[in-house]
Formats: sequence, structure tokens, C-alpha cells
Amino acid sequence: MNRIKKLFQEKKDILSIYYTAGYPNLGDTVAIAEELERSGADLLEIGFPYSDPVADGPVIQASSKQALDKGMDLKTLFAQLKDLRKTVSIPVLLMGYVNPMLQFGVENFCKACAEIGVDGCIVPDLPMVEYEELYAPVFAKYDLSNIFLVTPQTSEERIRKIDGLSNGFVYLISSSATTGKNLQVSDTTEAYFARIASMKLNNPTMIGFGISSKETFDKACKYANGAIIGTAFVKSLSADDVQGSVKQFMKEFTL
Amino acid sequence: MSLLNKGLKNKTMNYFVNEKGYYGDFGGAYIPEMLYPNVEELRQNYLKIIDDEDFQKEFHQLLKDYVGRPSPLYLAKRLSQKYNANIFLKREDLNHTGAHKINNTIGQILLAERLGKKRIIAETGAGQHGVATATVCALRGLECVVYMGEIDIQRQAPNVARMKMLGATVVPATSGSKTLKDATNEAMRDWINNPVDTHYIIGSVVGPHPYPDMVATFQSIISEETKKQLIEQTGNDQPDYVLACVGGGSNAMGMFYHFIDDEKVKLIAIEAGGRGVDSGFSAATTALGKEGVLHGSRSILMQTEDGQVVEPHSVSAGLDYPGIGPQHAHLFKTGRGEYVSITDDESLQAGLLLTQMEGIIPAIESAHALAYLEKMNFKGGENVVVCLSGRGDKDMDTYMKYFGL
Repeated sequence: MNRIKKLFQEKKDILSIYYTAGYPNLGDTVAIAEELERSGADLLEIGFPYSDPVADGPVIQASSKQALDKGMDLKTLFAQLKDLRKTVSIPVLLMGYVNPMLQFGVENFCKACAEIGVDGCIVPDLPMVEYEELYAPVFAKYDLSNIFLVTPQTSEERIRKIDGLSNGFVYLISSSATTGKNLQVSDTTEAYFARIASMKLNNPTMIGFGISSKETFDKACKYANGAIIGTAFVKSLSADDVQGSVKQFMKEFTL
Repeated sequence: MSLLNKGLKNKTMNYFVNEKGYYGDFGGAYIPEMLYPNVEELRQNYLKIIDDEDFQKEFHQLLKDYVGRPSPLYLAKRLSQKYNANIFLKREDLNHTGAHKINNTIGQILLAERLGKKRIIAETGAGQHGVATATVCALRGLECVVYMGEIDIQRQAPNVARMKMLGATVVPATSGSKTLKDATNEAMRDWINNPVDTHYIIGSVVGPHPYPDMVATFQSIISEETKKQLIEQTGNDQPDYVLACVGGGSNAMGMFYHFIDDEKVKLIAIEAGGRGVDSGFSAATTALGKEGVLHGSRSILMQTEDGQVVEPHSVSAGLDYPGIGPQHAHLFKTGRGEYVSITDDESLQAGLLLTQMEGIIPAIESAHALAYLEKMNFKGGENVVVCLSGRGDKDMDTYMKYFGL
């Protein structure tokens, strides 16, 4: 059984951590994954950086730029992850924008993911219609999940369609925003989460964007199978003591 | 690639957008889900709104009484003598606010009103589109926020002042190359964060579908008028050549639009070669770029092997963009248009030449198109239309420094 499905069957309140590959140091990618698993993360999203990340706020933009400046690219990332499965057993997703993936070649990209044991992808600017017609068969061939985003403005009809095309989980964006804003659980956000919950989707859901602490994580877990932390984690990484800073960040989640 | 090639299955080549939002292999809407409702709302409504009689009446009334259209088609006699052809200048520089950009902002502000939007955002390079947007926002009493690269804010100070006086908030884009590409990123981020009441007035024929088609439609007034004016002046609405500069490509698309299906008319698009195509400081997208996705559409863009967008260079802020609109990519790939480039130096010289031979100071963007006349070998008697997309007031600093005036 695929690692993502198994995780959602076995666990509640799933903690997923996003970080940018090659940040803070080019060679940190695997060490961060290992330390996150040791410190209690359930799922990893490794970002492959892009020069023009329009869905991201300043923190992830800056981490992407720094990683690119240090020489991160998809070839380097796949080389770094070659032996990932010798030391990391939790599910791993790659997250990034469509252009680097297109230049690498969608088939090559999926093949590389499968060889490493990457479980799926999140590509925010890959349109659903393109995915459905052109990419879904390739993703299926390599048994990769494609994770779609849903926002408070996404219509019910579209959510159903997304649910039908998903095979992992559905990524609920807490409010329409770029990454790195704080989650304010207002009445409208609550109504949005409740509306999704009442739709009884086939796929589990994870809430992301604006989750920064144990407190916001716990709030999000009331409405979904888990939540995703990105910006707050990336911000906490220290180039001089990467493992230490990961441990420190994860402490409050494992108390 | 069934989805991408639908436009090409017609018996004759289709150079316009198909029902999926594609021009051959190019176009589409590569946007994060957060932008989907806004873009979808536009896609569902833009044709209906634009075709509405009331909209058309108001649009054309404003173009006439407020913008000052039709813009003249001027036979430049001394230039014609020099190049041994009839050189007609389509005088978009005489429009209110000084460039073709206002044709599009008038159209989009009327559209935004009909969609019930209260707040307008825009990106700008040279500042011409920013000024044109701030102008229509003042005209209609809507809030206006313009994103502009920090470097462009420095090199286009007069336009920044104009936008501020018009009541717009000018926000510097400080990421990346701090120019047009980055201003566009910031505007898209603003739109993501303001999903309900905001309309994004994109200034060129770029962005996710339906923007390239919508902007081209509003700019097509340029070639619509040109055809009529050519009939009046020459008795023939088929020129031999049509020339226009291309950054994202909005003045060129407006200038080409009604000539595209007439294959006798040669379309020449002039990109910014910067310090030379191979110098590492260029914005000649078709010469240096590959197919890829930028700012919501599949097109041709300057990028590394890994798909990272390359920082362009041009002396002209309006052409300093690493991509071109998807319809241009299609015209280029099918060979319908000829895409060439002109260097910084050549464009500045052409700007001085027009100034001293015809008494018209052109924008450095438009001077790129004029500079290409120098490279053409006319037999004599050809009719050539050059889109003079904007006036040079905003570029006086650059001209003064370059020529030591």
C-alpha cells in the first residue's frame, strides 16, 4: 500500500512539514528530512525552488532564492535524495512550480520520483485540466499522488472534481493568501472548514497556509486530518545548527 | 497533446485563441487555485461584456473624447525619402497619457466596473501602463495600487510622480531583478491575497487566459483604425510591412491584429537586443528563450536549463521582460511573424534620428521598431506602417545622458 494512504489510515492529527530543498545550506536537504522524522513529523513536503514563486510570501521566496543562488536545481535535488529511503520512512512529497518540472520533462520527473521513493507532488500552478488530460496517466504509471489545493472560494462542484482526481489528500488553504500569513480562525474560516467536512470527501484533508505553532496546528486538526507547517519552520532553521534548530522547532509538537 | 493543438486543426491556420484558451501550443491558464475563481470569472464574462452594445458605446466614446482617438496615421516624408519606402507612423504617442497602454486600461476599467470590482491593481515596467491605469482609476473613482520594480522606479521617476499625483499607491517590487517580471509577481500575489473585490489590469498580452486575448482585443483598435486610414491615404488597406516593438507585446498585437489573417502583409516584431543578443544583457526572448510557463501562460521565455527565469536587460524599461505573450509565441513558431532584435545603441540612435528628421521624440521602446527600418532593403514604393507606441518624455534622462545633451 502506498505510504500516504497507510499514514491516513493509521494516524490522526497528522503533522506535515514543508521546507525548501537546499536551504539553509545546499547539502541540508536529507539531514533535515532525517531529523524531522526523528522529531515526530508524519509527512514531508520538500520544495524544489523556482525563481518566480507567485503563491509564496517573503520567507519562502527568500529561502528559494538562497537555495537557487547556492546551486540547487532538480538534478541536484534528485541526486541528493538518491538514498533517501535508506534513512527516511515517512511519506515524502515534492512541491514546486510547473516550469522546472516541464523543463526536466514530466516523465523524467515522475520516473526520478518513483526511483527514489517519493510518494507524490504538489504543483500549485499546474492546472487541473492539464493534469487530467496530459499528466494523470504518467503520474499513475509511476504510482505518484498529485495533491490539489482548495481555497475558501473554490466552488463545491470544483471541490468534488478535485476530490475525484486526488489520490492522497486534499490540501485546504486556510484563507486565500500567499504563504506565511497567520491563521485567524474567524467565523467565516470555521464555516468554510465545516462546509468541507460536511461534504464527506473521499480523500482525507490537510489544512495549510498560516499554521505556525502547536496552537494553530491543534485548531486546524479539529477540522481536518492534519495540518501543514511551512513558513514558520523555514524561518526557524539556523544555518549553523540545522539539526538543533529542527529539534528545537519540533519540541512543542511532541510534548 | 490533444488539448494544445486544437487550434491547428482548422484547414487554414488559426492565429487566434481557441475555446481552451490556447494559441497552438501556447497559452492556457497556469495559475494557483487561489487565482482560479477570479480568472474563471473573467473567462466566463469577458466576451459577453465586451460584445455588449452598452459597453461598446461607452468604450468608443471614451476612446474618442478622452483618449483622443483615432490616433493619426502620419506619412513621415523625410524618413520615407531616406529609406526609399512610404513610412507611415501610427501615432499612439499622441494618445492621452502618451502611449497605447490607455486603450487597454479604458477597456479593462469598464469591464472591472461591470464585474462589481472596487479595487484595481496593476504592474508596470516603464510606468506607462501604471500611469494609464492610475488615470482610468482617477477617472472612475476606484482605488489603485501599482507594483513597479525598484530599479524601474529609479529610471522612470516622472511616471512615478504622475501615478502618485493621480492618486495611486506605487509599491516597489524588491525581489529578483526588481523590474517588470518582479512587479508582475507582486501584483499576482496581491490578487491572491485579495480574491474578491480586486481586478488585476494586466498591461500586456501576457498572463493566464483570457488576458492575452482580452488585451489584444482592446488594443486591436490600433490596426482597425490603421486599415481605414490606409484606405483614405493610399486607397489600399494592405501595407507591405507592419512593424512594432515587443516586450510582452501589446502594442505589436494591437498593430498586427487585423492584418494577421492577411498573409500578404508581413508582420515584423522587434525585440530588445540589449547590449547584443549574445552579450548576456539582452531581452531578445525568441532568440534566447525556450518554451515554458511564466506568469500563468505557456509561451517562450528566457530561462536556465533548470527552468529558472533569467533576468533580462534592455535600456528600455517597457521591453525589459523575459517572455512574450502566447499569441506572439504562436506567430513566431508558425513563421507568421518575423521576430528580430535591435540593440540599446541602435534604438537610441533611431530615437534621435526621428526627433531630428520628423520632430517627434519617440519612447525608447518605439525607437526599437524604428531602428529596424535601417536593416530593411526596400525596393521603393512599399507601404510600411510602424507603430509609434509611445512618446519619449519619460525617457529624456536616458537620451540626455547617452547623447551628452
